[in-house]
This record gives sequence, C-alpha cells and structure tokens, in this order.
Amino acid sequence: MRQLSNRLEGKVESQPEPNTSNSGIAWPVAAAERVGLRSEGLAEDDGIVTIGVGRLYAPALIQITGTLFPRQETKRMAARTLYEKIWDAHVVREEPGQPTLIYIDRHLIHEGTSPQAFAGLKAAGRKVRRPELTFAVMDHSVSTKNRLLPVLDADARGQFEALERNCAETGVHLFDMNSKNQGIVHIIGPELGITQPGQTIVCGDSHTSTHGAFGALAFGIGTSEIEHVLATQCLTQFKSKTMKVEISGKLPHGVTAKDIILAVIGRIGIAGGNGYVFEYTGEAVRGLSMEGRMTMCNMSIEGGARAGMVAPDETTFEYMEGRPFVPRGREFQDVVDFWQTLPTDPDAKYDDTLTFQARDLAPMVTWGTNPGMVTQVSDRVPDPASFSDPVDREAATRALVYMDLKPGTAIEDIPLDRVFIGSCTNSRLEDLRAAAKVVAGKHVSKSLKQALVVPGSRVVKAEAEAEGLDKVFVAAGFEWRDAGCSMCIGMNDDVLMSGERSASTSNRNFEGRQGKGGRTHLVSPVMAAAAAIEGHFVDIRKWNNVDGAE
Amino acid sequence: MEPFIKHTGLVAPLDRVNVDTDQMVPKQFLKFQTRQGYGRVLFYDWRYLPGEKPNPEFVLNAPRYKGASVILARANFGCGSSREHAPWAILDYGFHAILAPSYADIFYNNCFKNGILPVTLSNEQIDELFARTEKKEGYRVTVDLEKQVVTDDDGLRYAFEVDPFRRDCLLKGLDDIGLTLVHEARISAFEAANLKHPAMYEAVDVKHHSDSPQSARHN
Repeated sequence: MRQLSNRLEGKVESQPEPNTSNSGIAWPVAAAERVGLRSEGLAEDDGIVTIGVGRLYAPALIQITGTLFPRQETKRMAARTLYEKIWDAHVVREEPGQPTLIYIDRHLIHEGTSPQAFAGLKAAGRKVRRPELTFAVMDHSVSTKNRLLPVLDADARGQFEALERNCAETGVHLFDMNSKNQGIVHIIGPELGITQPGQTIVCGDSHTSTHGAFGALAFGIGTSEIEHVLATQCLTQFKSKTMKVEISGKLPHGVTAKDIILAVIGRIGIAGGNGYVFEYTGEAVRGLSMEGRMTMCNMSIEGGARAGMVAPDETTFEYMEGRPFVPRGREFQDVVDFWQTLPTDPDAKYDDTLTFQARDLAPMVTWGTNPGMVTQVSDRVPDPASFSDPVDREAATRALVYMDLKPGTAIEDIPLDRVFIGSCTNSRLEDLRAAAKVVAGKHVSKSLKQALVVPGSRVVKAEAEAEGLDKVFVAAGFEWRDAGCSMCIGMNDDVLMSGERSASTSNRNFEGRQGKGGRTHLVSPVMAAAAAIEGHFVDIRKWNNVDGAE
Repeated sequence: MEPFIKHTGLVAPLDRVNVDTDQMVPKQFLKFQTRQGYGRVLFYDWRYLPGEKPNPEFVLNAPRYKGASVILARANFGCGSSREHAPWAILDYGFHAILAPSYADIFYNNCFKNGILPVTLSNEQIDELFARTEKKEGYRVTVDLEKQVVTDDDGLRYAFEVDPFRRDCLLKGLDDIGLTLVHEARISAFEAANLKHPAMYEAVDVKHHSDSPQSARHN
C-alpha cells in the first residue's frame, strides 16, 4: 500500500480559497493527524474524521485546511454507496421534482452514433464546451483486415470522414483507424487511462457500463444526449436504485467472469436490472483482474441495469499506474488517496441485494435469442413447456425456432460453424492468453468454416504478438485480425451467413445481431476456444490447460 | 422537437416481449449520418423477405394496420443497444405513442428526446388493449398527455403516470440543451470549483501522450 502521509505534508501550507459549499469528506484519522488536521474543524467518529470544506476531492481538500468549519457546522455524511458518492460529487443542479443536472468527466464517441449529434450542434450554432474531455475512436465499422486499402463501403467511409472532420473542427482528440492506439472504445478508454475511478463517463453505446469496473459511473446514452454532453458537458439524470450483487467464495476451475455475469442475467432476466445500478462485490469479484471486472460490468446492460460498478482497490490502482492519461509521480499518489475514499461505506444501504455462491457457478452457454436465455454447459436445451409464465414460454418457443434447436438437446452436442473471440466483452490480453493456452498445440475442427480472433485494440494486438499469441492462434487454424468491434455487431464484413451458428465471446445473441439469420451462442473465451477445437461445445472444466484453476 | 399533447390513432399490436433495438433498426442501417429516413427500415428483418418484399406474416404488413400510429407492445420494449436510430425509425414510420408494460432504460429516455410518448400501463391493461385491438378492426385510441389518460370510443379509460419534467418537455416540445444552458452559470461555477483536481476535471494533457493526432495518422 502506498503511504498516505508522504503525499499530504507538502500541501498543508497552501492558502485557502473561497468555497461555496460545506459538503464533508471522510479521511482516515491517522492520515489527517500526520498533516496536522486534528483540530477544531474535525468531527471524529469510528476512526474517520470529517472535514467540512468546499472541495469534494482529497488533494484539493488538503490545500484548503485554513477554511475548516467550526465543529458544530460540520455536516456528517451519512454512509453512502460507491454510486452515491460519485453521484453526489457530480451534482451541478438539483431541484425537487426535476431530474438532476450532473457533470460528465469523460465523453467517448465513435463513428456510429455521433455524426447526427455534431450535425445538430452545428445546426443550432452551438460549440463543444470541453473538447479536451471528449475522445473519439473509429471502431464499429472498421475493417479487421488490411486498413491500408480504401474503405469500399461508402456509408461507412462517410461516417469515418465525418468523425475526422467533426473532431478536427471541434478539437476533439481522435484515434483514427490507423492510430496505434485504435481499438474498441470500451477497450481503449481503460487501456489508455482515460477511464479512471470516481469519474462519470458516457458514450453513445450501451456497453459503456464496462468502465464501471474501475469504480466509475459509466453508462450508455443516445445521440440526443451525446449532443447534450458535447454542448454542456452535463446530462440531466434521474437517480437510479442500487443493487448489491455479491459473489461469495472462490470461482471453480474453468469458470470465468463471463460465466458469472451470464449466471446473474440468467437468474434475474434481461429486464431484472431496469432502474438499477449494480455494484459487484464479494470474494470472487475481488479476486478478478481488471479485465474480468470489465467483462462483468460490460454485460450489466444485458441485465437491464443502467450501469455496473466495482469498488476500486489495489488491483485497480496497479492497473492504472503508468497509463498514458493517468497522472504520474506525486500526482498519482494524490489521486490514489482520492480513489481510496470511493468504496461503499460499511454501513451504507443498497436498495436490493442479490447473492451468488461462486462454487455453484459453471461455464455458461446461451441457447436462445437474448443473454438471459442461458444455461450451464452440462445442461440441455430447455423445453419451452417447462416455463411456468406463458410469456416466457412463447419467447422460448420462438427463440428455439430461430436458433433451430430442439428441446432436450445436450448443449455439448450443438455443432458450430464459426467461432468468434473478440468484442468489448472479451478481447483483452487476459482473454487472448487464456484462449491461446487452450488451443496451443491443437487445431480447430475441420467442421468449422472460420475461427476468428479479433483483439480489442491495437495495443492488445501488439502485446499479444510480443508474447507470440498470434502464432499460437494461427498455428491452430485461427485467423488473427486487426482491432475493432467486428463480428459482435457485424457492421464490417465479419458476419454470420443466414443459418450459420457461432460460439461467440461477445455480449448479445439477439436475432440477426451477427448477421441476418445468424445464430449466436455466448460463451467465455476458454469455452469458445475449446469449442473451436472440437467443433461443438465442450465442458472446459474437463480440460487441464485452463487458467483460473484454484 | 415537435410537442406531444394528445394523439388519436390506429393501434398496431406487436405481441412479443423483449423487442430489442437491433430488431427495430438492424446494424447495416447505422451507417448513415441523418436522423431521418429510417421508417423504411423499421423492423427490417421481420418486415421484409429477400428483395425487400413485405413479409405477409409480419403484423405491420397486415392491411388492417396500415397507417397505424400507436404501437401496442409487451414488456421490456426497446432493450439492448443505445441506438437512437430506433426511436427515429419509429417516428419516421408514423408512430407517435407506444403502449407497453415496461421499457428498457436507454430507449425510454431516447423516446422523450424525439417527441414520442412511451406510455406505461399494467400487464392487465395491456392484455385488454391487445384483446380490443384484435377484436375490432380499425381500433383506435387517444393518448392524452395533458390529462395523462388513454381512452377509446368504447369507454376504456386508463390513467397513466409520467415524470412531470418529461411531461412538461414533451407538452412544450422543449429543447433539452437549451434548458440546460439556462444554467450555464451553475455549470461554470461547478467547473471552477473542481478544475484543480488532477484526475477529474482538469483538461487532460495529451502532450505526454505519444499518440498525438498528428503522429497517429501517419504511423
């Protein structure tokens, strides 16, 4: 653990500045004492001092020790959740009976949903308020083959050109398709350190929930809201309810973050999280890498939640340190101090709680046309007649017709045409390492038409190549591609043909998602890798060459 | 945005739960740069057979629902992708109101930004509306946002709830951004009070970052 005291001392003598609010912030007593803060302005309780100040954030707070309020004016903060702390810190305007105006720290945009927002802005004669807080990337429609060739799809080309023009005109930083940092927006935000704990982050893409893995409040927005953020750097929001999703115990061998989140969605259904922000907790979540936490948060939206979050901890800080957009040296130490104030207070209340035992979890495979239609790999395709709710029964019947599956078929007996390892859910280095380990020295089944590995970013691609993972995949018969959204959404030429069936590490198995008439089964990277080798699903728990064995 | 005050129109029933926005506007139509013209592609994969021939089995292609302007739908309508192309397509097709027991979060939000009223009713009320729509060809309802009530010619009268702020914006056709910019002083004050935090509101320094826009295009 980094030493708090080293970083605070030098700033104590800074002069106070006028402040306008008396929100308090909690500090560990020991740290406060070391910098001489144990005085009239402090309220002490349970080893925490609360200082009434006008700044909500730690480093700035230390600079204004001279404005400490007398003890009686100090406002004690009630115990709060991670979500509530971030929300409170971003309130610009709050009026009864109205949605709250909250400030947005980071705005990510891509070519697919932003052109109309820039056009609207221009038509209204408005400017981008804080261009340096918006970051753009080309990801949805980019080719994963040769980027040096001209873009033949005129509509896609038009969007790329529009994004380039809009960024140039407004001063927004663009990672274009030839940037060495290009990649899927939800991969590059964290990877470059643009995403940080405690921030509010939005993007015109529902999988923005990914960034919540860092203890940020991150959610997808529509194009009108993109325009709103560009113009005002704010959004009008209604506060969500909070749901604690606790995964107790250690994950069994072969069970990954993807399987946890599919199990969660399988239990609550794809609308189960409507109106909520999820916070994932418990030993199994604490034990996940940042990559695994991102996979879980990414699919929060598939359970209907507005966002998913994980409280920042040492794993988070280690991931952040040294990334391009993260402060360095002493500033980094300061920001870690702030991040440490973010986790949910012990006495804080959630609106609801869901609990899972990690030991009960297993590798999951979807059988239907939404992510909630999912079961364990050792199970069978369910019989629609087994659903008690007539609405579920009809949905399952329709899904099985679309998927061309018969009730009672063993999941392991489902044959595949293509395998896709990629997407903002599962295309990070850890995912590729795990998949490569499964396929090393083996070869994809002759019955497959294609097995595709699409790294989430060019940084991931370069790191994987430095480890020789590309060679492992290619030797095993996989295609090794350039970075982008690819077959998760099929906006480029990586698509399923009608009637084809895929094992995919992506996030949505909706009808036609990967190509009209295509049939998608969602799985983890190791499950996809093993399925590619065998040509059908297999229970990865029976294989030895798998990471994550405890 | 066009205000929504009161609308009377033919009801088209879409009897499926969890209709996702991928179905409303499939991926291949997300490459355009306008907000108009998506009505033609609404529910594309369900609506058309190869060669863009209308699929007679899809409900919107039934002659009795031609000219419908109110969608009657099931739970969790509009789940999945955040694409605002979905409400753009719904509006461009000619729908002004939606009646359903529940909506996905982002889609619900997006409707209000486009002058579409998504009305939330109970499952029983929705069942009753499906029954009436099926029974009576040319079944029409009136959706009155001012009075917050759905009515028909046969005496049906369902009150509904809607957030007062959203209601007001829709009734007046207010420009959201304009509303926020009224509070420009508050935004500036917030920024001034928080600018110094190194991780939060300070402009990111891209100079120490090796991928400047200039170098990026030529590497």
